[in-house]
Amino acid sequence: MTQEELLEQIYKKDGKAFTALYDMYSKSLYGVIYNLLKDKEESEDVLQDVFVKIWKNIDSYNDGKGRFFTWILNIARNASIDRLRSKSHNNSLKNLSADNFVHILDHNTSVTNKIDAIGIKEFINKLKPKCIRLIDLLFFKGYTQQEASDELEIPLGTVKTQNRNCIGELRTILNE
Amino acid sequence: METQEYIASGTLEFYVYGLLSEQENIEVHEMAQKHQSVRDEILSIEKAVINLSYSVSPHLSAENYEKIRQRLILKHGTESGLVQLEPKRGIAPYLGWAAAIILMLGMGIQYYKYNEVTKAVEAVSIQKNKFEQLLASVEKQNTESKNALAVVRDNATSVVQLAGQEVAPQAYAKVYVNKNTKETYVDLAGLPEPPEGKVYQIWALKLDPLTPTSIGVIADKNANYGILKVESNEAAQAYGITLEPTGGSKSPTLDQLYTLGKV
Repeated sequence: MTQEELLEQIYKKDGKAFTALYDMYSKSLYGVIYNLLKDKEESEDVLQDVFVKIWKNIDSYNDGKGRFFTWILNIARNASIDRLRSKSHNNSLKNLSADNFVHILDHNTSVTNKIDAIGIKEFINKLKPKCIRLIDLLFFKGYTQQEASDELEIPLGTVKTQNRNCIGELRTILNE
Repeated sequence: METQEYIASGTLEFYVYGLLSEQENIEVHEMAQKHQSVRDEILSIEKAVINLSYSVSPHLSAENYEKIRQRLILKHGTESGLVQLEPKRGIAPYLGWAAAIILMLGMGIQYYKYNEVTKAVEAVSIQKNKFEQLLASVEKQNTESKNALAVVRDNATSVVQLAGQEVAPQAYAKVYVNKNTKETYVDLAGLPEPPEGKVYQIWALKLDPLTPTSIGVIADKNANYGILKVESNEAAQAYGITLEPTGGSKSPTLDQLYTLGKV
């Protein structure tokens, strides 16, 4: 199902719309939230908040604001960051950068998913380490261009294009 | 060419990441509406990052969906006029019910079988008791018969013939007395069945003067083939048998004297 088909279901108040929404995006959002919180239970809790928030505010979304996925991605990232702050972890965004999404696979793979995880790890490890860092900061953690430039010590003007090249690599790997 | 440069700038990735300003978002949106290639590019970038975040996600428990659903129904469902939320129908809840039903059936069958077996065991146990009692009584009877036979057969045993009297001229009985063991038996086979509420009582008699001594009240004249042990009475000069009320009498009812015989 595409974003457009999903939104059509939601606007038509189709009874299956919420289930479809959950099926399409829950795991991706959970991946993003977990990458920030590094705690499964807390991440599930935040994911619940996020879906409740999405559903409550769904009428306020329109495609002029961006992609639907982008809209819910922002909700998920913000909810996770709020949770980190509210827990007075003193976790500034900068401190989050020490770890990235590859570590999820290193430390938190349930036994049943092991083979899968190895496969995923292989494909992610085809990405250059610099790309892993860039995608992690920009996509998963929502860093601004300036923050990413500072963190990775790369010229501000090259952040976008370097990131584009990295996404290009990811797309190539996914299409292999 | 304009769109190719636009795509190459990396702005569309930032668009998908949600990192652009409101103004920049509107620009991208307009570009996308104008150019199919921009739309395709956005979709392709989005697909890549959705796949990436999906694949690094840890296992997400199945209850999570149900928890969200409950929260939406409880807190927001009724007022906000949101679309109806359907419970997610996986196979798991059905499996649970199926397992529960199979378990119940299994338990039912087990309970039924257990009951049947218990009943069978009880029946067998009752039968066993009956047989044991029967065996015990047969053994007892056998011992009594053997003892009686030993006395009757013994060379040291003398026989006293008791002849029928006025009340029952056809009746007869015998008394066996073993002079070594002093054991005394009566053989009542020749007496008629006593009427209801009456029993035979055996008397040892001294003749001069006539002194009767009860040596036994026979509750069941047919027990042990009618050969029954009674008390020995060495002084007896004669034996008599009278019909008495159940339980016997202190002295013989002489008009009910059935048999009598001298030693």
